[in-house]
Amino acid sequence: MAAKDSFRICPDTGLKVHLPAEALIKANAVVAVVFLLVGGILGLLVALTRWPAVHLLPAEAFYSVLTAHGIDVLLFWIIFFEIAILYFASAVILSSRLATPWLGWIGFILMLVGAIMVNVAVLQGQSSVMFTSYVPMPAAPHFYLGLILFAVGALIGVCIFFGTLVIARDERTYEGSIPLVTFGALTAAIIAVFTIASGAIILIPTFLWSLGYISQIDSVMYKLVWWGMGHSSQQINVSAHVAVWYAIAAIVLGAKPLSEKVSRSAFLLYILFLQLASAHHMLAEPGISSDWKIFNTSYAIYLAVLGSMIHGMSVPGAIEAAQRGKGYTKGAFEWLRKAPWGNPAFSGLMLSLVLFGFLGGISGVVLGTEQINLIMHNTLYVPGHFHATVVAGTTLAFMALTYIVVPLIFRRELILPAVAKWQPYVFGIGVGGISLFMMGAGTLGVARRHWDITFSDATLTFDYPGTAFLMMGLNGVFALMAALGGAMFILVVVGSILFGKRRGEAAQPAPAPAAPKPAAAVGTYGNAGTIYVPGTYIMVGLFFTAFVLYYFVNWKYLSEVWPLS
Amino acid sequence: MALTPPKDRLWWKEPLHTSEIVWITVAFLWGVVMFSAMIYWHIEGKQNLSNEAYRIDPEVFAARAEEMTDQYTVREEGELGIPVVHPPPGSDIYIVARLWEWWPILELEKNQSYRLHLSSMDWQHGFSLQPTNINVQVHPNYELVLTIAPNEAGTFSIVCNEYCGIGHHTMLGRIYVVE
Repeated sequence: MAAKDSFRICPDTGLKVHLPAEALIKANAVVAVVFLLVGGILGLLVALTRWPAVHLLPAEAFYSVLTAHGIDVLLFWIIFFEIAILYFASAVILSSRLATPWLGWIGFILMLVGAIMVNVAVLQGQSSVMFTSYVPMPAAPHFYLGLILFAVGALIGVCIFFGTLVIARDERTYEGSIPLVTFGALTAAIIAVFTIASGAIILIPTFLWSLGYISQIDSVMYKLVWWGMGHSSQQINVSAHVAVWYAIAAIVLGAKPLSEKVSRSAFLLYILFLQLASAHHMLAEPGISSDWKIFNTSYAIYLAVLGSMIHGMSVPGAIEAAQRGKGYTKGAFEWLRKAPWGNPAFSGLMLSLVLFGFLGGISGVVLGTEQINLIMHNTLYVPGHFHATVVAGTTLAFMALTYIVVPLIFRRELILPAVAKWQPYVFGIGVGGISLFMMGAGTLGVARRHWDITFSDATLTFDYPGTAFLMMGLNGVFALMAALGGAMFILVVVGSILFGKRRGEAAQPAPAPAAPKPAAAVGTYGNAGTIYVPGTYIMVGLFFTAFVLYYFVNWKYLSEVWPLS
Repeated sequence: MALTPPKDRLWWKEPLHTSEIVWITVAFLWGVVMFSAMIYWHIEGKQNLSNEAYRIDPEVFAARAEEMTDQYTVREEGELGIPVVHPPPGSDIYIVARLWEWWPILELEKNQSYRLHLSSMDWQHGFSLQPTNINVQVHPNYELVLTIAPNEAGTFSIVCNEYCGIGHHTMLGRIYVVE
């Protein structure tokens, strides 16, 4: 077919871009951003309702909005964007044609129909069951059906990614091993298969239950299998956003991985150990032994966390090595001070890295400690943790990548460069704030998914401490800031795609400050004896110190509650 | 670089730099420490979630809760006249979770231990004891049994922190601890 042979040559990178692949990338990315917009607005409404002084929405609306918010951002925004990343990491990076683009469109339509169906179900009011939809609390059948269709569509996209890798290898569009970014995307795709399979195993029976064909679904089993999908999908996000970090560092700074072996092995750790992940969502459940909980919550002695900690040195290390190669060698941090902080792709990358590691990673491991979980389960600490990982981490990284995708794939210059420059800071600090203050409120016992912490409609009374209310207020303020950051992103990205100056096919300077030629020696490949990244060592040392201290502080908190066994 | 194939096809044969080996080792050992900490706490720590649980019919559980209540009620409270139950130390005590209340109210003695049984009549609920901040999940058809020993006197509230429908935020229980 003629279509499959149509390529353009990217004037900036020299890559052969398969036009049908590009069309799919654009479609998925655009729809992703639409769901980000919708989900983001809903998130703001949630924060303004949980801010007791504002208490914006009434109870019924709050619970549906909260359900829709979680699903629209955590599933639809992120996964549509990840499908675009998969197509990019396979077809574009490998200069290959995409496998069966027509099937990609079917997958896209299934995902879109599914996503709309779920939103309709939630809007209709009978499916305010939260993103987790725990049985036996029921939702309408089309709620579950929409999720199933979405999952099938995503699985198709994942299969097309695998198919494209096979084609690229077969047609020899590249030499040697796949690049690291594609390797990271492959990690995400492999995990996606397990994730979607788990989702199907639990959602199909639950769908049948909602129709009355199955009489009962065991509530503990539901959680176990559902979280096999639920947490694994977060590991897809981590693999994808780490791959994105490497990609941005490469594009903006010409950074090379310090060690392909170390970075790739770290990705492999994700695949090998993530399947144990349901456990840390079930530490406070009855009917499961502590042995199982301890082994699985640690992903077998924290071997998947090890993967992240490795990237935590490899990514900034690669950036530092690249910068030192350019001559920024004064002291430990000149490379960081003189880095392109005005480039939103770079600042987004760095903020995402720091916030994900310090706020998200540390809080996640602490939260997932079997006994410490007792003082955190279902408190607002949990959303505090995951907004740091998925929003400050993944979403901000994806936003940063978009500033590169718009010029390269959509062939448009960015409009409002001043707005773009500040956007990652406004969003990053806003989201960092909401995470921090939700964690603070949760430490004081404030419940999650709760409309009214003054209990004005309850027959008994209870007062959370005053500081908890302060936390909720601060959460609201920073949510406004995050929403502003989100709005800035939408404005720049949508505005650029529609109205940005067309870049045409003539090679033009890259949108970033001129990246050095990639061939410039930036640290030899095969790094024995040639890595020198003192700034990164210091940052990693600070991270580790914070981790250890915070970890032990929480054991101290636990030791003060009622003895229980 | 990350967007191009590795220069050396056999990337797994790359030697590791000392700093990488050091960090990987430190991170791995830290993982071992954290893993061991959980095991250690089961041996030496005083706050662990019990592994004792049973499958149970909601009606059976409710009947046991009512039996305890009939035997040990000392007064009633609140607009709905919820019984306040003062069971003997060391005994089996019951709290029922249902849309949308925790029933009954318990009055316990400081530094005495009790076997607390938790189950739900209908949907999942979150037993969140405040301000001491103990949080466990309560399922229908499962009975969790944990031994608790209140270490301070006062009035404690049970907030529901598992979303359970429109009345979720009205679901509030109470435990009194007396000297």
